[in-house]
Amino acid sequence: MAMLPTEQTKAAATPAAARFENIRRTYIMGTQQVHALDGVSVSFEKGEFWAIMGPSGSGKSTMLNVLGCLDRPTGGKYYLDGQDVSALDDDELSDIRLKYLGFIFQSFNLIPQLSVEENIALPLYYLGWKEEDSAKRARELAAMVGLETRLRHRPNELSGGQQQRVAIARALANDPVFMLADEPTGNLDSGTSEEIISLLKRLNRAGKTIIMVTHEPEIAQNAGKRLYMRDGLIAGIEG
Amino acid sequence: MLPSLSRLFRDIQLGIKNLLLHKLRSLLTMLGLVFGVGSVIAMLAVGEGASREALEQIRRLGSRNIIISAQKPSDEQTATNVRSFLSIYGLLYSDVTRLAETIPTLERIVPVKVIQKEGRLGKRAMDLRVVGTNADWFELVSRPLIAGRVINQSDQAGRKNVAVLTEYGARRLMATEAVIGETLRIGSNYYEVIGIVQNESAQEGAIQTPDQQTDAYIPLAVAREHFGDVFTQRKSGSQIRERVELHQIIVEVESTELVELTAAAIERQMQLYHSKKDYVVSVPLALLKQAEATKRIFNTVLGAIAGISLLVGGIGIMNIMLASVTERTREIGIRRAIGAKQRQIIAQFLIETVVLSVSGGVLGIGLGLLIPWLISKIAGMPTVVSAHSLILSLGISVSVGVIFGIYPAMRAAKLDPIDALRHE
Repeated sequence: MAMLPTEQTKAAATPAAARFENIRRTYIMGTQQVHALDGVSVSFEKGEFWAIMGPSGSGKSTMLNVLGCLDRPTGGKYYLDGQDVSALDDDELSDIRLKYLGFIFQSFNLIPQLSVEENIALPLYYLGWKEEDSAKRARELAAMVGLETRLRHRPNELSGGQQQRVAIARALANDPVFMLADEPTGNLDSGTSEEIISLLKRLNRAGKTIIMVTHEPEIAQNAGKRLYMRDGLIAGIEG
Repeated sequence: MLPSLSRLFRDIQLGIKNLLLHKLRSLLTMLGLVFGVGSVIAMLAVGEGASREALEQIRRLGSRNIIISAQKPSDEQTATNVRSFLSIYGLLYSDVTRLAETIPTLERIVPVKVIQKEGRLGKRAMDLRVVGTNADWFELVSRPLIAGRVINQSDQAGRKNVAVLTEYGARRLMATEAVIGETLRIGSNYYEVIGIVQNESAQEGAIQTPDQQTDAYIPLAVAREHFGDVFTQRKSGSQIRERVELHQIIVEVESTELVELTAAAIERQMQLYHSKKDYVVSVPLALLKQAEATKRIFNTVLGAIAGISLLVGGIGIMNIMLASVTERTREIGIRRAIGAKQRQIIAQFLIETVVLSVSGGVLGIGLGLLIPWLISKIAGMPTVVSAHSLILSLGISVSVGVIFGIYPAMRAAKLDPIDALRHE
């Protein structure tokens, strides 16, 4: 609990990718208040690879949702790349997600009726890119994750590992400030998990900031930093 | 900024792609609108065809004309079984002069005396409707002259025995157009045939058409001299004798605005000099207006039926779109997580419904063109598919898509992205 690097790093030239200041998220369940996040302060610096761990109900999913601007904190401040995003409305949050964030999900979450290329290009569509430009970028990203020969395929024609690589390519399309991965290997066998993790590590080495939620310690070992959650609070930070 | 038109085109393409994923479902959903739009256009076409025909018939009588016809008063009907009863009714020669003198808004006044007689030309014979009238008649009915000339002022003044036949009558009597100058015998009198006019194809209208196929036109004064005013009809042993001076007086009014006023004035004048109601004043313009009012009512009823069928179609679309939203909750969640705004989700689903409804509308237009064509072909009824009914249908299809698509689209957009992503 003593490890709060927030104040010290604040003066750094580049702002943190994401910084929580006493973030709270309270749900009302019937008459009971549930503190999913009970005053969390943490700073995720650019270029870092974090693993967030903790038992279910510890608040790690809520943390991911708040970090991903899918959920708004009930209290505290959230600075994303130096910008206060804790009190934005739905449209503004959508815009933040579109421009600064990339999501990778456990169940890949590709759109089944779209081809690999179209799935990768989806964020660019919402960014208003021209079709030629976004198709070109999608092909480059597909090549980067080793799927340049699968551009016209549908997600259901690909293996799980391939689908997750499409999802990673999609998350990279908008060149996000940080990538959020929610149990990215949860639906994959160990061999494929390895493959995906090494891809993430490669991206991190190339400068990408990655925040990953996982409950598997051996997966978390790959991250440079590990954050342990318990009862809506940070139980510890490693690395 | 981005070229929004090509973007819209992309959105529409995506919409079509999504709809094609469920071809049968999309087709069945469209059917409601196909039949709705199709039946609306077809009904409008049949209605328009029928009413246009009726309006044309009335218009042919002349919108500036007022027709005063002799009518046997009803209280005399009981006397028909009395032998040799002479009933006196109808329009008078003096009515013509009086109307001409008292009503200033008349442009023309045409008296008509009708006698049914057999006409003979050489060996051939046919039953004619002998019409005693004046030169103005031909101006009034404006029937194209085929050969010769029509009756003129000097024929009238000189009481010449001349007759103008219709094309039909001329053919029947002579089977050639060289009848001009021949002598036509009507009853015991002889007439020189001076001209042939085109006959109006006989159609049964709401009111008696002023001319018929078997007409033979002669100067009124001649008709009066030759046939008198008393007509005898023999019916199953009894004789009906009638004294009718004129059967019709057709007047043309200066302008359409004055028609109703003039008709009222004529009615008053006639009342003054006719103790019995032995005449009818009919105003084609009034009939025209009435027919147009009927048409409006018809269109309103049609509109209501169309509205109901389109409502049903729209509900069908809404139902399917709601199902589609539920089915694609996950997709909505993904799009929202990636950064799609609520209004972009709304647009996506709305485009899909509009594509669906417009496709239905276009197919409906096809059906709406086919049905009237078949009706005309098979039943021989006139149908008119108006361009505005097509444009209207397309407009309605778009509106149905928007109105019934907006709720499912809003529902999709309002989904919480986190819940939507978790949806199985």
